[in-house]
Amino acid sequence: MPDKIKFTIDGKDCYAEPGQTIYEAAKANGVFIPVLCHYEGLKPVGSCRICSVRANGRWMTSCTQPVTNGMVIENATPEVEAYRKAIIEMLFVEGNHFCPTCEKSGNCELQALAYRYQIMVPQFPYLFPKREIEAFPGFLLEHNRCIQCQRCVRAIQTEDGQKIFALKNRSKDLRINVDLKLAARMTEKEVQKAMDICPVGAILKKEVGFRIPIGKRKYDQKPIGSEVEENK
Amino acid sequence: MSKPVIATASLAGCFGCHMSFLDIDERILELIELVEFDKSPIDDLKKFTRPVDIGLIEGGCCNAENVEVLRYFRENCRILVSVGECAIMGGLPAMRNLIPLKECLEEAYLNSPTVAPEDRLIPNDEELPLLLNRVYPCHEIVKIDYFLPGCPPSADLIWEALMALIHSQPLKLDYPLIKYD
Ligand code: SF4
Ligand code: SF4
Ligand code: FES
Repeated sequence: MPDKIKFTIDGKDCYAEPGQTIYEAAKANGVFIPVLCHYEGLKPVGSCRICSVRANGRWMTSCTQPVTNGMVIENATPEVEAYRKAIIEMLFVEGNHFCPTCEKSGNCELQALAYRYQIMVPQFPYLFPKREIEAFPGFLLEHNRCIQCQRCVRAIQTEDGQKIFALKNRSKDLRINVDLKLAARMTEKEVQKAMDICPVGAILKKEVGFRIPIGKRKYDQKPIGSEVEENK
Repeated sequence: MSKPVIATASLAGCFGCHMSFLDIDERILELIELVEFDKSPIDDLKKFTRPVDIGLIEGGCCNAENVEVLRYFRENCRILVSVGECAIMGGLPAMRNLIPLKECLEEAYLNSPTVAPEDRLIPNDEELPLLLNRVYPCHEIVKIDYFLPGCPPSADLIWEALMALIHSQPLKLDYPLIKYD
């Protein structure tokens, strides 16, 4: 196989197509790397850092970095996992995540990652910030739970390419801003798409919730990533 | 060797974690062979009668009495465990942390449509424990040794944790045992 790229993840020999990112190549080789801001089919932005690995000794975000021949990647090492855990814990204390009241609980990617990494309590103090809940005709925007991954910003557009979700402010005041007029015109299907693409319970379709019983939700029985690892 | 002693308390919680504890069902017969109970709502002992090995805390701290009880437990328990979301992060009571205390009280006792006009009064009696400015996770008040998440934590998680502590073994943490809801 002349044009296949050969590299290793935690000592395991892996192969990739030229141009694949570390994340894509890992997945194709049955190795799970967690992502939050990345979503298949969207242009990666590399903002959440949860997919970080050490590639040839240097920290890199695997959703943006192409894999190269001979690359040596550290993924599930204690150091990398501790770094990821810290990011998850920061996200939990930075917003207001009352999982027992959350419509996304059991199907939430942030929560599922916390389960996978067996986080019993965040190592940081809870901030209990003051955040709003905004209501639009078809959906609610729960800023308490938004992790500013920008998946909605990149994925949800009108037919003629106008963005419905955008970012406003900076740093700790960074928020998702919704175009009122365009949001009012979203169809039920588009609202559902926005809700599904949001990794957490920040975009909520109105008049439904808690539909799937406890025990049958996406991450009740099996850790996030097991679908990738079963693919070995 | 004497049996390990367990004590439990419910602070700003709903007693759901205690109910979940009782959901160990017939394993409770095994448990009473293994341990003795001291201060707990289960036996209604008000004061500690001896040094305790394992203290289980349900609920966070929303008032001065919660803080006093929690400190009393810390002084008397060798190992202190936060059981459930409320003990760990304040839980549902901590939803008030997003609203100023004054506004909460006014809404509940003055402005709510279910308050009759003649009953409009914010309770303020020295018999009542003083409310804290916000609800605090237990580990922000005293040192907590272990944490069992869940709302409530499943009976299986509580059981596995107790067995691990009693037998001084590592906790067997199967994936479905960790839940935040
Ligand atoms: S968004 Fe996820 S982590 Fe946040 S409260 Fe909902 S289930 Fe919990
Ligand atoms: S609303 Fe959801 S998808 Fe949009 S930035 Fe927030 S967490 Fe991400
Ligand atoms: S998933 Fe790669 S930085 Fe967010």
